Amino acid sequence: MSDGELRTFPHWVICEHCDSVYRRIALQAGQAARCPRCLAPLYRASRLDAQRWLALTIAAGIVFLIANLCPLVRISLQGLHNEATLWQSAAALAQGPVALIALPAALSIIVVPFLQIVLLGWVLAFACRRRRAPGFAPALRLLGLLRPWSMVEVCLLGILVAIIKLSGFLEVAPGPGIWAMAVLMVLITLIANRDVHWLWEMVDDVAAGAAA
Amino acid sequence: MISPRAAQLKVMACPACGLVVEDGQPEAARCPRCSARLTRRRPNSVARAWALLIAGMIFYIPANLLPVMHTSLLGRASDSTILQGVVEFWLAGSYGIALVIFVASVAVPCSKFLILGLLLVTTQRRSTWAMRERARLYRLVEVVGYWSMLDVLVVAIVAALVKFQSLSDIEPRTGILFFGLVVILTMLAAMQFDPRLIWDSEPT
Ligand SMILES: [Zn+2]
Ligand SMILES: [Zn+2]
Repeated sequence: MSDGELRTFPHWVICEHCDSVYRRIALQAGQAARCPRCLAPLYRASRLDAQRWLALTIAAGIVFLIANLCPLVRISLQGLHNEATLWQSAAALAQGPVALIALPAALSIIVVPFLQIVLLGWVLAFACRRRRAPGFAPALRLLGLLRPWSMVEVCLLGILVAIIKLSGFLEVAPGPGIWAMAVLMVLITLIANRDVHWLWEMVDDVAAGAAA
Repeated sequence: MISPRAAQLKVMACPACGLVVEDGQPEAARCPRCSARLTRRRPNSVARAWALLIAGMIFYIPANLLPVMHTSLLGRASDSTILQGVVEFWLAGSYGIALVIFVASVAVPCSKFLILGLLLVTTQRRSTWAMRERARLYRLVEVVGYWSMLDVLVVAIVAALVKFQSLSDIEPRTGILFFGLVVILTMLAAMQFDPRLIWDSEPT
């Protein structure tokens, strides 16, 4: 029909969980606005500016590398030793009739966290220079889609359960990878578990500031 | 004072970036900020959620009946199901771990079936009963759902570690495939369900 632009209301916010409309009010850092109708969180004011956020993302990237290269757990039985990394764990499922399940396992503990770090790093590196990254919109949309499938914390609990399970009949020692996973869990929560919508507003402000 | 809902103000939120956009256009309008397709509600939400949920419930049966792991230790071989794993920990005195696995593999999936089923039935009946509590239940399902992946990852790590050929060996078995599919299907069902439908039956 018409090619006229749709009118937008950037000062309004709609609750994702119940469709109530509110006027945005400025919050202090760390505060969160909650929807009075359904009590879902509406939006929050981040404590992180783009620089700090990028620094944490780079740190997460380094820790991710360590977590993938170092063994998570070492075991020994009657003089024989073995150890396993993240990749080996996901690959261990890729045998016989269950092979299909190796794919979501590898995605949730390796590929999705990796993509989250790379996409955030890309978007934030440009945001720090007050620019909108090429592919900004698809990157943010992908980040939103990936978020529920990132399972670093579940994996960490899984490693702990595996250690206890095996310690019954063989010698088990935590490897350096497990500490990296613990740090990665904290960093991923800090960088990726926040409102992705908020990045839109941040970059919008940046664009408006540059235009003014 | 009750806040207005999007339909009353003839606006809608972009499902991808959250921008509030006027809602007067025919189908296939796109968000001016991120160019995602604008929809008032997730399309076919209830039917798709039901399909995924029922598939998940059906797969939950073989997930519990079939062994998830094959262990051989010094010539003794045994298959174990998820519940046998829980019982083993309990009998060995590791009550905490037994409880963690029980919650992740029985309590969480079963409460997901019940809660999603309840949400779907009540929204289909356009019920106005306990809306705020139902909204909260939905958010609970979203938050705890993925912890069920625990069993799959435990089997993965254990199978990757114990590879001593004839001395001792652990292999994954078919049950874990079904269990993983249950987790994925119920997560997809929760994502398909549109929590805004709960509030659509609210009298205006
Ligand atoms: Zn709400
Ligand atoms: Zn948008």
